[in-house]
Amino acid sequence: MSVLVFVESAEDELSAQAVAFAAQLGGELEAVTVDSAGGYAPPLWAKALSDALRERGAGALVGPGTDRGNELLSHVAAILDLPMAANCLSATLGSPATVTRMRWGGSLLEEANVHGSPLLLTVAPHAVAAAPAIDGVTSLSADGETPVRVRERVSTATAGVSLEDADVVVSGGRGVGSAEGFGIIEELAQLLGGAVGCSRAVTSAGWRPHTDQVGQTGTKVSPEIYIACGISGATQHMAGCKGAKKLLAINPDAEASIFASADYAVVGDLHEVVPAISAEIRKVRGT
Amino acid sequence: MNILVCVKRVPLTGGKIVLTEDQRAISTRHLGFTVSPHEECGAEEAVRLVEAHGGSCTVLTLGPPEAEEQLRDMMAIGVDTAIHLVTGGEEWDPQATARAITDAIRSQGEPFDLILFGNESADAGNYQVAIRVAYALGLPVVTGVKGIAVQDGQVRLEQEVSGGRDVYVVPMPAVATVKEGLNLPRYPSVPGRMRAKRKPLDASNPSRDEPRLEMVRLKTPPGSGKQVEVLGNGAEAAPAVVEVLSGLGVL
Repeated sequence: MSVLVFVESAEDELSAQAVAFAAQLGGELEAVTVDSAGGYAPPLWAKALSDALRERGAGALVGPGTDRGNELLSHVAAILDLPMAANCLSATLGSPATVTRMRWGGSLLEEANVHGSPLLLTVAPHAVAAAPAIDGVTSLSADGETPVRVRERVSTATAGVSLEDADVVVSGGRGVGSAEGFGIIEELAQLLGGAVGCSRAVTSAGWRPHTDQVGQTGTKVSPEIYIACGISGATQHMAGCKGAKKLLAINPDAEASIFASADYAVVGDLHEVVPAISAEIRKVRGT
Repeated sequence: MNILVCVKRVPLTGGKIVLTEDQRAISTRHLGFTVSPHEECGAEEAVRLVEAHGGSCTVLTLGPPEAEEQLRDMMAIGVDTAIHLVTGGEEWDPQATARAITDAIRSQGEPFDLILFGNESADAGNYQVAIRVAYALGLPVVTGVKGIAVQDGQVRLEQEVSGGRDVYVVPMPAVATVKEGLNLPRYPSVPGRMRAKRKPLDASNPSRDEPRLEMVRLKTPPGSGKQVEVLGNGAEAAPAVVEVLSGLGVL
């Protein structure tokens, strides 16, 4: 029984994790990608993957838990009329196959039986360590006509540190109270060379643009430290910041659920604490 | 134009998820319900497109009798009619869900020009119902959409990618899955809520296919095992915070 694993590129971190995950299923492993000369065209890419599965009589197709991985595996599942398990943490081949997968952005896990072969799944990001290298990637060709093809790429990159790449993220929640209230959050972020984030309550209120939202339906961040100011710690938000190496929570409510996920806690009103931290940084730096 | 938006009723989870005794659902005794965030933006977009181009929009859900609350919520922000595929409250897997939605779309007199879904539901996060419906209906599908523009029987769809947007232009009818951030949904007005009570709602009871992605049980992930260090109370904690930042090398 062989296992196919779709990789976005030989350098892609989440694809390397998918390779490591697929290796644990047992059987002969083959990494495949699709020739991107004609641009990304999901139906044709999925057709190429479906054909490769059939030709090889493979027992599974594994993809990375990326937007593209989840999209392509879903297309393959629709083409072959098979079930597909997204964002898996573990899997065992069999009849039925069994998987453990993420729900609620990782706040809840599901154990499921998957009835149908080959097994189609994507791997939850950071569920396993990446394979050291992806060797011998087979490039499949995507032939045919489809209206669903990328015509152009528009850049939305902005100046300054992006939320995704920032080493420090200073984030504000409902406790900030207003759009203007973010002045002190911006000031601290700027002093630390970091990016400003916020919770969904803030974007829903229109205080900050959605591009600043950290959470299950926003950006997933992985800074050295995440400073959560006036954020209660709803699962929606924690799904976006659980990748942070350290979490400092500032909240007036000592019972706030954010403290259960925090490394450091300051119990207090962010409107007093945040300016005091900024002032202390200036004092230490002598500026 | 004629637009359909598919939504899902999900619990409003707070800081901690508690499971029912049989471990097959979230205990919702103390929770409210809402529409999955991505889909709320789908409904807002459907209303805006109809405001701009004329026509009508319909909201569809597959869910328990109580999901009528979410259909009325969407009609309160301007959706014209609703389709309720009523279940007994048990969870349906993606294939059974897609089959029931496909059948419901086929049985409509007037075909839809655009069918919107959320990119993934907030709870199950399966990423696939829209794509299955598109294949069953033979329609093009674009996912992860954060920009929609309709012109001359075609729809321009901007898919969010790292650092930018990939642009697709597909003929209608078409299917798209959207992400939060596409727009900022409006709050329903009081007159909107009153009107929503009288808008037409078509309820039916589809049959459920055997699940092929069969949920066995749910479990909460192991805790972080973190030991929180309290740095202090109020502004007096600032020096301790700065010491921590210095120790992490981010100062």
